[in-house]
Amino acid sequence: MFAKDFSYAAPASLAEALALLQSQPEGEVKLVAGGQSLIPLLKLRMTEIGALVDVSKIPELHGITDDGDGVVIGAATTYFQAVNSPLVQKRCPLVIQAVSQVGDPQVRARGTIGGSLAHADPAGDLPAVALAVDAELRATGPSGSRSIPATAFFVDLMTTALQPAEVLTAVRFHATDAPHAGTAYVKHRHPASGYAIVGVAAAVWLNDDGTCRAAHVGITGAGTHATRAAGVEQALTGKRLDDATLTAACANAADGLDLMSDPYASGEYRAHLTRVLAKRALAQAAATAAQR
Amino acid sequence: MSVTRLFGASVKRREDPRLITGRGAYTDDIKLPGMLHMAVLRSPYGHARIKAIDTAKAKAHPGVRAVYTGADLLGRMNPIPCAWLIPDSDLKVPAYHALAKDTVRFTGDGVAMVIADDPATARDALDLIDVDYEPLPVVTSQEQAAATGAPQLHDDAPGNLAFHWKFAHGDVDAAFRDAEVVVKHRFVQQRLVPNAMEPRSAVASWNPGAEELLIYNTTQNPHIARFLTAVTTSIPENKIRYIARDVGGGFGSKIPFYPGDALAVFASKDLGLPVKWTEDRRENYVATIHGRDQITEVEMAAKRDGTMTGLRVKALSNMGAYLSTAAPGVPTWLFALIVPGCYTIQNYACDVFGYFTNTTPTDAYRGAGRPEAAFLIERMADLLAAEVKMDPVEIRRKNFIPADAFPYTTAGTLSYDSGNYQAALDKALAMVDYAGLRQKQAELRQQGRYLGIGLSTYVEVCGLAPSAAAGAMGFQGGLWEPATVRVLATGKVVVLTGTNPHGQGEETTFAQMVGDMLGVPVEDVDVVHGDTGAIPMGWGTYGSRTTAVGGTAIYKATVKVIEKAKKLAAHLLEASPDDLEFEQGSFRVKGSPGKAKTIQEIALMANVAWNMPEGMEPGLEESTFHDPTNFTFPFGTHICVVEVDADTGEVKIERYIAVDDVGVVINPMIVDGQVHGGVAQGIGQALYEHAIYDEGGNLITGSMMDYTVPNATQIPTIETARTETPCPHNLTGVKGVGETGTIASTQAVVNAVVDALSPLGISDIEMPLTPERVWRAMRAAQASAAPTGQP
Repeated sequence: MFAKDFSYAAPASLAEALALLQSQPEGEVKLVAGGQSLIPLLKLRMTEIGALVDVSKIPELHGITDDGDGVVIGAATTYFQAVNSPLVQKRCPLVIQAVSQVGDPQVRARGTIGGSLAHADPAGDLPAVALAVDAELRATGPSGSRSIPATAFFVDLMTTALQPAEVLTAVRFHATDAPHAGTAYVKHRHPASGYAIVGVAAAVWLNDDGTCRAAHVGITGAGTHATRAAGVEQALTGKRLDDATLTAACANAADGLDLMSDPYASGEYRAHLTRVLAKRALAQAAATAAQR
Repeated sequence: MSVTRLFGASVKRREDPRLITGRGAYTDDIKLPGMLHMAVLRSPYGHARIKAIDTAKAKAHPGVRAVYTGADLLGRMNPIPCAWLIPDSDLKVPAYHALAKDTVRFTGDGVAMVIADDPATARDALDLIDVDYEPLPVVTSQEQAAATGAPQLHDDAPGNLAFHWKFAHGDVDAAFRDAEVVVKHRFVQQRLVPNAMEPRSAVASWNPGAEELLIYNTTQNPHIARFLTAVTTSIPENKIRYIARDVGGGFGSKIPFYPGDALAVFASKDLGLPVKWTEDRRENYVATIHGRDQITEVEMAAKRDGTMTGLRVKALSNMGAYLSTAAPGVPTWLFALIVPGCYTIQNYACDVFGYFTNTTPTDAYRGAGRPEAAFLIERMADLLAAEVKMDPVEIRRKNFIPADAFPYTTAGTLSYDSGNYQAALDKALAMVDYAGLRQKQAELRQQGRYLGIGLSTYVEVCGLAPSAAAGAMGFQGGLWEPATVRVLATGKVVVLTGTNPHGQGEETTFAQMVGDMLGVPVEDVDVVHGDTGAIPMGWGTYGSRTTAVGGTAIYKATVKVIEKAKKLAAHLLEASPDDLEFEQGSFRVKGSPGKAKTIQEIALMANVAWNMPEGMEPGLEESTFHDPTNFTFPFGTHICVVEVDADTGEVKIERYIAVDDVGVVINPMIVDGQVHGGVAQGIGQALYEHAIYDEGGNLITGSMMDYTVPNATQIPTIETARTETPCPHNLTGVKGVGETGTIASTQAVVNAVVDALSPLGISDIEMPLTPERVWRAMRAAQASAAPTGQP
């Protein structure tokens, strides 16, 4: 398979990347990092791009740091680097739980945290994680830098709040290593692609008496973009997370989703899986929280 | 080697070091001086008339050497032939042009080709060809194609009917008239994509001076390809040399002769330069054959006590848009004759209708007709067992052909040469602890969990085939095999085979067999295959025939080598041949242990020919042309244990037991590997794989992102074991193992899932058993059961 000809540049700095982005008409240029989504699309000639700007070699987009109650991961960090980071493992286990289920070892070796989020594939795993732990997505553009909350980031099918001239530089994941906190990512993989037919990221914080202080549920795969299941979350607050409570709350997990459908799984089945997997993810997260 | 005998030892495959270190020589690895690259423009429509094609822009593109359309080939190339002309079936073979003349009939049908300096340029130029299509109505399923008023594909095939083939034996009407029980069912064998790891590829090199064609090609049967190339291109057969050494899998998809092969030859001849064509994976999905795609309506007559008495089958097969090389034989002969399976049913009728549709042509895919047959009879056995309330094991025991009844002539008129179905069943039941499992199943059901146990007691027909049978079935060729065994002056051995192993490991097993017989190290034996310039003739590798037929030919040639060597040894030892014994590579005079000659010494003396006996010709080389007297009939029992997730419908295979009887085993490790691969593909059909067309004739599962080829994490540990009932009619006792796993496994999985869900009243789920399909079946069963209050 051969892509149409395109130009390629690998800038060494963020400033250089921003300049390259602006030097081309909008729609003619695209950023690439690991290339795990874009390159197949180009080779299949399902998309044509005149110019690729490879951001994977920009130092500002690398590094994993602790900033107190969160972990900041550079956008060009590969899945492999994230999974093997002791800091991420300790403070943001949900990232590990999800990323270790992305694709296969080859994909994880090249694919990047920022690339996945910026691409906003409706079946990507990380958007659900970003939503569940209130991630902040940091972007730099011609007029400076800004921080976008995950809940405002995923706009529609493969559409984010990023502006065409902006570069996603880092993602800050809220830490979930406090006492009585627990997370889980439960996924029904497409058996061929490995993408999420439905993926549910759950984060649960319990009170000292075991009742639910807060529950966050991020859902990916089922609809056209990742969303929070606010109805489920509200139904759990203040309650004991027993089987009956979870079942009742998760009955509404698919409400409001703009469900997708394909030959493998209909919208109806995706909605069903959303309810089942939301319950499983919350139960796992609650069990972890109860032990911490 | 620390083994006492090569024959029967798990010698590591000699093919693997080169293949897994990237040192194999696949067709796409071939680079010839001046070589050009070909790309094919394929129809984006399932059915359309071509009103006009404008190739001017493509021809003007830098690096493009030539662009051809169907019009350029007319009168210069014959249509792609069909080579299995089943008799007495009113078979229609519409012209299959390598590039469409005026109508495209499936997405992927060739429309034009570009020859360019490099493959990327050839691909770019495809986008510069303007084709004006007039879309025509599309029909993709055989049932739609059979309907009145359906879109018609070919003027010379009214009603889209490619053939109607009939088979009957015994008194079927009487069996159903007298039946105490009749079980009816409709089964769908979904369409599958073979997905060999290496896609199709050809490098054609026409030598204008010698007027000879050299073609490297990824084919399972180079001599058949040579013949069909001659028929298509009118290049004399003696001027064509096919080379197909390393072939990256086939599963049947590399039996046919394809338009791409013919086009590469045409372009090379026209331009006088070598031309390479390698399809990409997307092209492979639409332009390489598909498999299965058969709908059957089945009725089984039986007695209340579970005795099967009659069987009636109506099969509708989807042939695709044209008849591929072996296609008509697959859903007819290869399917119908083995449908009665392991059972003593003597009244049987089968009607097979083949239909043209706007889909990729179908042809042989691993098992080719026999998986469909085994699935049908083994699913029916379970349905009958449920109907008469017998255990699936007992219904099988009741109807098995008894071990003392062989040779046994079946309702399919096959003469099963040997078998012991009880023994294989007993072994599998013991391995899985059947009684214990049934108890565990009952306990789990109390907890609302769905454990299921599925049996498949299969028999297959392979070792294709007596050539007279091939002829009677309309196969346009023989199915014998030649072999040459040549012992060089240094004692090294070259074995030539007309089969063409492409993953099955016969470079190793044939070397083991010859090394064992001649008493030379296995490393001293080379197996040469896949070169029509070196090997006089051959019919290729498919139908689990390579070792049974090709191997027996090699065995016979080796026996002849030993006979000649013995005469020469006797001459040199001044003894009578009758006084010599041959053991571990040495001819010894009985009673005089000091008087001996090694096979290597004899080989040297034969090759220099200084002192030959009166009348003996020089050299130590023998050839045979072996035609088998019967098919072979591997059999066995596979048992699959599954648990179904009550919430999601996901099927998890807990255990998989494969007890196979493939006759005498030359290399147990290779046999295990063949079983593993076959079972993986059978599980793939049961749970994952499905080629789906939309209404416009687009293959919507046309990539590995949508079409699930199972990977290692989706296949359970396969517990293999064997019984050994040697084939009585060939010298080696081997039967064949290339297809058993695929033939045996699919229904074991489906039977297990249905068994798991039988408390819900579920008796069938259509393949593939995806989580959604299973969930829907469970939900529907629960809904229909709800009014009575009983789940």
